[in-house]
Amino acid sequence: MTLKKSSILGIQNLVIQFTLRGRILTAIRGISLDLYKGESLAIVGESGSGKSVLMKSIMGLLDKNGRIKQGQIIYNAQDLGKFTTEQEWLGIRGKEIAMVTQDPMTSLNPLKTIGKQIEECVVMHQGLRGKEAYAETLKLLTDVGITDVQKRYKQYPHEFSGGMRQRIVIAIAIACKPNILICDEPTTALDVTIQAQILQLLKNLQQKYGLTIVYITHDLGVVAKVADRIAVMYAGDVIEVGETHEIFFHSKHPYTWALISSLPQLGSKGEQLYSIKGTPPNLFQEIKGDAFAPRNPYALKIDFIERPPFFQVSDTHYVRTWLLDPLAPKVEPPAALQAFFAEGRQYAND
Amino acid sequence: MTDKEVLVEIKNLSVVFGKGKNKFTAIDDVSFQIFKGETFGIVGESGSGKTTIGRAIMRINEVTEGQILYHGKSIQGKIPKDWDREITQKIQMIFQDPMASLNERAKVDYIVSEGLYPSKKYKDEADRQQKVRDALLNVGLLPEFSSRFPHEFSGGQRQRIGIARALVMEPEFIIADEPISALDVSIRAQVLNLLASLQQRNHLTYLFIAHDLSIVRFITDRTAVIYKGKIVELAETEKLFAHPLHPYTRALLSAVPEPNPYKEREKVVEVYDPSQHRYDENPPSFVEIEEGHFILANEEELTHYRTSLKREEKI
Repeated sequence: MTLKKSSILGIQNLVIQFTLRGRILTAIRGISLDLYKGESLAIVGESGSGKSVLMKSIMGLLDKNGRIKQGQIIYNAQDLGKFTTEQEWLGIRGKEIAMVTQDPMTSLNPLKTIGKQIEECVVMHQGLRGKEAYAETLKLLTDVGITDVQKRYKQYPHEFSGGMRQRIVIAIAIACKPNILICDEPTTALDVTIQAQILQLLKNLQQKYGLTIVYITHDLGVVAKVADRIAVMYAGDVIEVGETHEIFFHSKHPYTWALISSLPQLGSKGEQLYSIKGTPPNLFQEIKGDAFAPRNPYALKIDFIERPPFFQVSDTHYVRTWLLDPLAPKVEPPAALQAFFAEGRQYAND
Repeated sequence: MTDKEVLVEIKNLSVVFGKGKNKFTAIDDVSFQIFKGETFGIVGESGSGKTTIGRAIMRINEVTEGQILYHGKSIQGKIPKDWDREITQKIQMIFQDPMASLNERAKVDYIVSEGLYPSKKYKDEADRQQKVRDALLNVGLLPEFSSRFPHEFSGGQRQRIGIARALVMEPEFIIADEPISALDVSIRAQVLNLLASLQQRNHLTYLFIAHDLSIVRFITDRTAVIYKGKIVELAETEKLFAHPLHPYTRALLSAVPEPNPYKEREKVVEVYDPSQHRYDENPPSFVEIEEGHFILANEEELTHYRTSLKREEKI
């Protein structure tokens, strides 16, 4: 990480609201986040924390009842948040920013051969025709690790296994030569052995094509394998962001602590596994202060009154918690977690 | 291990779907025992047959060959009516997806007591309501919830309703088929804790079917690894994770991502190639290689595994 990092996509103070049966739900509450060129950023959080909504807003795929209330999404000196027509989005979606979705069983057209589905993108975005397009499609299939490509080209999605289908979805995504690839839970529907292969494939493609990848996931094991940086989301806000080892072994936010502590790898048999008390806040209501405060055993009085700013821990590590305020009392993470931190930090010294 | 009481015994179980050209062997000559009070895990990829084993014990899938014994008595085919009724009550199941496994049009009260109605396990209406109330309290839900519909609950609460529905029958043996894979990380921990405390309180035996090895390691006492309808390795969970012998087990364990970025970057994932076995000339059998540790191997491989076991012991 000695290279100078340049931002490829900048989100500034983004607020997204949905109207549901006349009530207003604030799904994203003022997020600022930069995506650097060539990195892998992982966004982690529970379901309902807004990680998918955030990514959909970048692709212009918000549902009809959702809108960007405030803030900017800057890509290539354009504000994507200001886009209104489908025409404008077509220049970005697929071409510049592509997506790999969770379930390879439902994201392919069952009535078309997979070759045709990939060729479609090649024709549309790269402007190739006939033999050239066919050759490019075969090359893409080879790139994602499919063998016997000429025969496979003519087959339908149902003739492929789950892992193979996910490879095809990835081939379609990179067919347009995008700059940014968003992977929304790319391996949740797959077996562990296949998962390892797909993650390795994504890593190889990242190097080959110079992709910037955003992973949306709740599996911290996957994150450990692929991410350079992690952003932890809770109730529509990024509460901690930093490099992978900083989040894993130097995290400061009690929610991040809770998330790591509830991993079964940290539990010992016969004892209770750590679990977070309470439920996430109701996003229909306005949230005062730190959204995690009611579930936070370390909460201070100010947590219920004012939203904490980002406190800087290192050049790359920022945390939204009042606990880092110079006036706050010193708080140590739970014992089991400290052991986990210590073990992890040892590796760093090697 | 030998002095433990055997609750469920599976002997040379085979389950075959279809006939003739479409024949598919989902379970191929599988044998194992589940002891009373333990948590027995089955892990494997999708399509390996782990769910079929659970469904065969539940008597949802018909057994083609072999026997399933519960308390030493067969539960297959023609059996006396009261024995049939007893095992229907004693063996219960928890399903994977709490969003799909609850009747959307029924109230929680009916969902939980659905199993009670035909079995006549209650004296009168007041007794039935008491049983529902107890079951809900047992899984950490409020008794008032019984008049609500499933859509009013979150995923974790729904899974608790699913567990309450199994508990109300006062079972001995619960088959949990991927009970937490559809849940969020933070809720997983809650449900795992609940399952563990219920086991202690009600002296339950679990068959835990899962593909997530980190959870299997946390909750199970013994684990069987299944590959394409055959159990390839079975041992005490800690032993299995510490010294996996079969190449498939090794591949499976190496593929599990660990929450440690430093380790993950260096790790080499092993790939299992089934053609490495030469089973045509030398067919394998399911052998106990050391106490409580079973493995599917032929003679040649057994010698190889024994030497590697000895080597590990020295270290």
